[in-house]
Amino acid sequence: MSTLAEAADAAVIPAGPSPEEQRLVVALRARDEAAFAELIERHHTTMVRLAMSFVSTRAVAEEVAQEAWVGVLKGIDRFEGRSSLRTWIYRILTNTAKTRAAREARSIPFASLGGGGGDEPSVDPDRFLPADDAHWAGHWASYPRRWDDMPEARLLSGETQGVIGNAIDRLPPNQRDVIRMRDVEGFSSVEVCELLSVSEANQRVLLHRARGKVRAALESYLDGDQG
Amino acid sequence: MTSPSELTCAELVELVTAYLEGALPADERVRFEQHLVMCEGCIAYLDQMRETVRLTGTLREEHLDDHARDALLHAFRTWAIE
Repeated sequence: MSTLAEAADAAVIPAGPSPEEQRLVVALRARDEAAFAELIERHHTTMVRLAMSFVSTRAVAEEVAQEAWVGVLKGIDRFEGRSSLRTWIYRILTNTAKTRAAREARSIPFASLGGGGGDEPSVDPDRFLPADDAHWAGHWASYPRRWDDMPEARLLSGETQGVIGNAIDRLPPNQRDVIRMRDVEGFSSVEVCELLSVSEANQRVLLHRARGKVRAALESYLDGDQG
Repeated sequence: MTSPSELTCAELVELVTAYLEGALPADERVRFEQHLVMCEGCIAYLDQMRETVRLTGTLREEHLDDHARDALLHAFRTWAIE
């Protein structure tokens, strides 16, 4: 485990731990259980989801995440703070998951899992005027509606959140991981590229496909309802 | 209206993420913004994409289940007394 923690600390990403994270590091080093409880509440579920991209079952992903936490505890005294605590934790998680996947002989590289690109359009081609239109080929047949006149309460309702959540759940796994990490968890593109071992360009394509499908789901929900 | 150097709406929508990420080369960015100036539909689309990102950011992960929490706290206590 210590080797995974050391490897995680060695990679270089700018921006160290926030003051909040520094507090948690100090507390963890003092064996403060409340600090650990806070960290697992915040990250464990996301870590299990991410581990599922690398291993075959939810049960194995759960084991991987637990093993990663043990790695975090064993490594915390040597954490040098060259990255944020969160990045360091997720690096241990992905290293643990990759090791486990290799043992499972399931070392499918993340980017080859399909759904990564191709020419699938973000918007239904029927929304645009056809190529034989004399002047406006490829332009909107009818404009998308603005959402900024919708009540905030409606946009943030549980039902709208359900639409977004379901759309994300239906995405191919690699698109799902990228949009979760970027837009739900708020990781930077640099962090996501490193943790998932994808290029910037590939990450951007995955994010683009994912956001396009979530937008389409929201549009059909919001427009369908308000007519 | 569409000359070879101008983006169509169908082309623009595929560049939105690169635009929002600041990843478009300067000349592409100029074409993108020139199109936006005169296209209400694409302004609305870009607005929808920004809203999609914002609303996705309000989702919360499901809560940690008791079984996992117990297992993790047990691991913590084992480590803490080592």
